[in-house]
Amino acid sequence: MAFSHLLELENVHTELSLAEGTLRAVDGVSLTIDAGETLGIVGESGSGKSMTALSIMRLLPRSGRIVEGSIRFKDRVLSDLSEDEMEAIRGTEMAMIFQDPMTSLNPVYRTGWQVGEPLRIHRHVRSGEAIATATDLFQQVGIPDARSRVRHFPHMLSGGMRQRAMIAMGLSMSPSLLIADEPTTALDVTIQAQILDLLRRLNREYGTATILITHNLGVVAGMCDRVIVMYAGRIVEQGRTEDVFSHPEHPYTWSLLRSIPRLDAEPHEPLTPIEGSPPDMVHLPAGCKFQPRCPFAVARCSREEPSLLQVRDQLARCWVTQAGTELNA
Amino acid sequence: MPEPLIEVRGLKTWFPVRSGVISRVTGHVRAVDGVDLTISQGETLGLVGESGCGKSTLGRSILRLVEPTAGEVYFRGKNILRLRRGGMRRIRREMAIIFQDPFASLDPRQTVGDILGEALDIHRLTSTRRRRAQRIAELLGLVGLSSDLAGRYPHEFSGGQRQRIGIARALAVEPLFIVCDEPISALDVSIQAQIINLLEHLQEQLHLTYLFIAHDLSVVKHISDRVAVMYVGKVVEVSPAGDLYRRPRHPYTGSLLSAIPIPDPRLERSRERIILKGDVASALDPPSGCRFRTRCFKAQPRCAESEPPLDTVNQGDHQAACYYPLA
Repeated sequence: MAFSHLLELENVHTELSLAEGTLRAVDGVSLTIDAGETLGIVGESGSGKSMTALSIMRLLPRSGRIVEGSIRFKDRVLSDLSEDEMEAIRGTEMAMIFQDPMTSLNPVYRTGWQVGEPLRIHRHVRSGEAIATATDLFQQVGIPDARSRVRHFPHMLSGGMRQRAMIAMGLSMSPSLLIADEPTTALDVTIQAQILDLLRRLNREYGTATILITHNLGVVAGMCDRVIVMYAGRIVEQGRTEDVFSHPEHPYTWSLLRSIPRLDAEPHEPLTPIEGSPPDMVHLPAGCKFQPRCPFAVARCSREEPSLLQVRDQLARCWVTQAGTELNA
Repeated sequence: MPEPLIEVRGLKTWFPVRSGVISRVTGHVRAVDGVDLTISQGETLGLVGESGCGKSTLGRSILRLVEPTAGEVYFRGKNILRLRRGGMRRIRREMAIIFQDPFASLDPRQTVGDILGEALDIHRLTSTRRRRAQRIAELLGLVGLSSDLAGRYPHEFSGGQRQRIGIARALAVEPLFIVCDEPISALDVSIQAQIINLLEHLQEQLHLTYLFIAHDLSVVKHISDRVAVMYVGKVVEVSPAGDLYRRPRHPYTGSLLSAIPIPDPRLERSRERIILKGDVASALDPPSGCRFRTRCFKAQPRCAESEPPLDTVNQGDHQAACYYPLA
């Protein structure tokens, strides 16, 4: 079968077995991404956004397991691949960068050695050459004084530089898919701006498809063509970024946009908070998972869970908007 | 203009750096390096800056939770850095702090009632057990928690609830002034607004004065009457909140503001951004002259020669420390 999308997830369910019980960290996620696209996945901690990414990479923690669904990358079904075959794809065709570059770089190896590692392992490049390529990559991602920085250990670099080094490592094999999990959350805003600028440039110049996982709606607004909003392991809304931001069709998205202070609002402009707390994933409510916190909930919401269906220009998992009610009113 | 509750003059807090076998002092981290500030009764002064700029140290120095190296801190006209233990203890009842991490700042072995009761006991604020229990219930009510929860332990609460407990503890001494040190940064996005609204509501109800420290400029803009921007131990700009965001004058403030993403795709894509080069300068060995000059897009030779003073730039009380301010 010819593949139509670079990456396609169909009805993926991922379970985590914890002491408190088994929970569905990812519950029926379907998504696609094409070359050159930037897809945002937004959600709070525990919403399943990182678990979705780790499911794609097959880097789930030991307690995690994909129990249902398929993940297709180019022309291959990833669950059919052996660990060796998967290892060959990771780092070459798909790469992931993590939130905390201090814990994801090995402290005992020089940064240049680590950044060149994929090249040595996958392309059998000699170490001198790998270091030279790492120096090039450092320059591309804007690490000043690249020639000496490749000889430094991770702790000698600043947070922003370590994140750049991670990105350089991710890019070393020119992957067609880059998954960035909260790549700027640990960084200061001026450094965040530098890193986002870099990701934008890479996407433009190399057509790298990017999945950007974040809790920051502002970052999504500036970076992503399309956005997926997750809540309690499910996709609750999905669409073009402009549509989702201008007329959200899920009350969670709607509420989130109203609850955050914005730089373009006047001081002391009232915020509408979301009541309650994020869901307890082991004991989820019946029906719609957002219903206990939802200002629009009707009786049906606590009985039956809605499906993800077309509402105006996007998809939304909500009985209220599916029945034609407008949230902006 | 309302009476200043707090006046900070020439405040410096330096931390010695020791090295070698005899732990010789080889330098100083100049976390706070000559700061002047006033905070009026009932206002919220926002304090922003990137990690390591000294904003938390400044907040703690004002409360004398860390001992400043030099300068003066006046609280209701009295220089508290001159106070001895007894005098300081009396003043402590009028000041409190709310920390960033509600997980780390509450003792896991104490019940919520014990945590709040401890603050009351230290300052002997309640005379009878009954009055003590009443006050604990009252404090929980103030922060929107049920008084039935007094017997529970911190781990039984969600992040948002724990921060409410942290706020209740701060309120126990009936303070006039509270340093809010990144009070919402560790919380989930969907509950941040609950805590912001609570802090605003309490301020109105109890006539509190806040120093609100945060790295998130959107939050600071929302909650503050005035905002001070810090860079490597110095305040580089201070202004009424609206004016600072409409017309930033220090190049650092300008670049900080332009770096904050706005959740509006159309606006966000058409915005002009100032992308700064390099990293924040070191507080161990700050650059000569203006400390921002090494990253500044407007820097001239003069900026390296002498340090620009904090001067009035726009009308009113908008001040910036820059020889070549933004238009």
